[in-house]
Amino acid sequence: MFYRENGQFKTSYKADQQAFAIPQDRWAIVAIVVFAFIGVPLLVDEYMFRAILVPFLILTLAALGVNILVGYCGQITLGAGASMAVGAYAAYNFMVRIDGMPALAAILLGGLMAAAAGIVFGIPSLRVRGLYLAVATLASQFFWDWAFLRIKWFTNNSSSGSVSVADINLFGWTINSPTDKYLFCLGVLVVFSVMAKNLLRGNMGRQWMAIRDMDVAATVIGIRPMYAKLTAFAVSSFYLGVAGALWGFVNLGSWEPAAFSIDRSLQLLFMVIIGGLGAISGSFFGAAFIVILPIFLNQTLPLVGSLLGLDVSIALVSHVEFIIFGSLIVFFLIVEPHGIARLWATGREKLRLWPFPH
Amino acid sequence: MKLRKLAVTASLAAIGLSAALTAPATYAAEEQFFPVLAYRTGAYAPNGAPWANGYVDYLKLTNARGGVNGVKIIFEECETGYATDRGVECYERLKGKHGGATVVQPLSTGITFALTEKAPVDKIPLVTAGYGRSESQDGSVFGWNFPLIGTYWMGADVLIQHIAKKEGGFDKLKGKKIALVYHDSPYGKEPIALLQERAKMHGYELSLLPVAHPGVEQKATWLQIRQNKPDYVFLWGWGVMNSTSLKEAQATGYPREKMYGIWWAGAEPDVKDVGDGAKGYNALAMQHGAEQGSKVVKEVLEKVHAKGQGTGPKEEVGQVLYMRGLISAMLSVEGVRAAQARFGKGKRITGEQMRWGLENINLDQKTLDAMGFGGVMRPVQTSCLDHMGSAWARLHTWDGKKWNFSSDWYQGDEKVLRPLVISTAGKYADEKKIVRRTADDCKK
Repeated sequence: MFYRENGQFKTSYKADQQAFAIPQDRWAIVAIVVFAFIGVPLLVDEYMFRAILVPFLILTLAALGVNILVGYCGQITLGAGASMAVGAYAAYNFMVRIDGMPALAAILLGGLMAAAAGIVFGIPSLRVRGLYLAVATLASQFFWDWAFLRIKWFTNNSSSGSVSVADINLFGWTINSPTDKYLFCLGVLVVFSVMAKNLLRGNMGRQWMAIRDMDVAATVIGIRPMYAKLTAFAVSSFYLGVAGALWGFVNLGSWEPAAFSIDRSLQLLFMVIIGGLGAISGSFFGAAFIVILPIFLNQTLPLVGSLLGLDVSIALVSHVEFIIFGSLIVFFLIVEPHGIARLWATGREKLRLWPFPH
Repeated sequence: MKLRKLAVTASLAAIGLSAALTAPATYAAEEQFFPVLAYRTGAYAPNGAPWANGYVDYLKLTNARGGVNGVKIIFEECETGYATDRGVECYERLKGKHGGATVVQPLSTGITFALTEKAPVDKIPLVTAGYGRSESQDGSVFGWNFPLIGTYWMGADVLIQHIAKKEGGFDKLKGKKIALVYHDSPYGKEPIALLQERAKMHGYELSLLPVAHPGVEQKATWLQIRQNKPDYVFLWGWGVMNSTSLKEAQATGYPREKMYGIWWAGAEPDVKDVGDGAKGYNALAMQHGAEQGSKVVKEVLEKVHAKGQGTGPKEEVGQVLYMRGLISAMLSVEGVRAAQARFGKGKRITGEQMRWGLENINLDQKTLDAMGFGGVMRPVQTSCLDHMGSAWARLHTWDGKKWNFSSDWYQGDEKVLRPLVISTAGKYADEKKIVRRTADDCKK
């Protein structure tokens, strides 16, 4: 009713195979992107940029990487943080060791290094599945944690194991103001999202989904499991590596291995599970839920307290924040096990076929 | 016509009203805003809370004393949970409030590393009294970091001096085995550079034993200590890691008398649960120890706690970490005072002026005595190039019930510290492409 497709006829294969076949969707996406590029910088303040939007964009990119592997190829990973760490430290080393290295090239090379590492640690996926694979990918998390803490070469012999980088310079554009950082991350995220969207509906994405749905059947119809699984690991790690490099270069400026600890891996996994496995929009929803909600709760709880006439201590706020956040996770998993993206999809169906979708 | 008139009057009235509303805001400029990044929850809360209590209590005391030349201090707490990303979020949230933050003290080396990148951009000084990056003592590179009255290199240096004195000279250190049990984070790794430097000079053998966050699993570490039998164990822990180490030492039978902690491993929460098991354990005192008897503590009890405005339990006032928080706040307040002396007494000062103030702190013994810090700490004098201001420390020992001082004052050895600070800061400057500050820049 609100979202009518009547009268939209597709007359060519090209029209039928577009990324967003429905014009309403297409225009909505374009409007959102334009608003993100032009509207948001005019509206929000520095705090929003630095504390919320930049972390949100970078973690969305990382969640996209995890979603490719877990949601589309069905290979559970607990080593996402490690891939981010490889990307960040590799990019750092390219910057420090090669004179005049452009930052963007270093970030992409960091992603490639992470992809290579991802392939190596993806090899067990050829033999083990499910929870056993999750445990196997833990090895990558612990190995890289250990490597960046102990092998001095990676950190350029820094005394405390933490490294720092200068501001990024992109073709004469020095990225140091919060708006610059936001626009840069947004640009990267848009490019990578478009890439993911196209990859996933192409040959490779279909192979991954076939493997995810039933790998024996996929083998029977001629899909090589080794190729499909390892490419999924590579692409996913590439995304994570680029996200890790951005996290270090743009968001933190100086970092230590703890920034990419096992907590980060779990956080990313929760993002895609809550956001929605096997949906690109799920990565966005999941990142928003995990990044923004705790901060939102932390800021509104004292206000709610003062409305009720209570003096809320910061310790109480952070306890209540954990309670509410935890219950919301449980709530969403019960109400919609397929994630927030599924809720969104149902809502969209309702708009198309009001009020009873089928 | 009438409508237009009405509209004009209404808008004029609105302008007048908004002017009237904004007027108090300019009037309220004679307030100095101190953001408080604290952690009262999480694994490190037992140590973070007393520090925050002391910090906030001193700010309240300053107001009870009439502010800094009449300028009242306002503050707001934000919970970081010792997590770097939350700490950064807190910083971003608070830095612009009430006309801008005066100074930030995150009480976490991880958050310090992250904020070191942001402080120069926002022009807010970052005070890290007794923690943070040791090389940030070099104010010409780290223009906005102030590791006031203590860095980890200085602490490690004093520990080595103390051991050398016990053994009867630095030459006696040759062949001795020292084990460093450290929190596996930038915090715990800080002293390694200096201990290695000293090892080269004196020929002792240094073994490094990392303990993963949060430090409750140390069986393997202490097994190694049992096998190696080091002559001394240095403990660079925080929170629950310290008491766990002491319990493990007790279980392994390693003598507590040969264990030396950094000043973050030498407070009541670290030893309280171990009680007699920690008897004989030594730790550095960052100048002060537990100071229940000092004049300033009595003043806090009288002017803040007696009026029901105290932060935290009354019994903890004057304990080691409480005092650390109190002194950290005091140094910042004195920075404000120094800045006011130059930029106008009774005026609100900006972050840049605050930096000048912190670089020109000069607290002699008489001033300290007058403020109630007699016997608690020694004089502090900072400069543009030296952001530490004082390199004195002593040791205290736990007797099963309380901390007692057990050594003379030591001073960190400039001949060892300075070259290390300069070279490490230089490396940082190269990486970040920072130009060292000149003498002219220091006057600003």
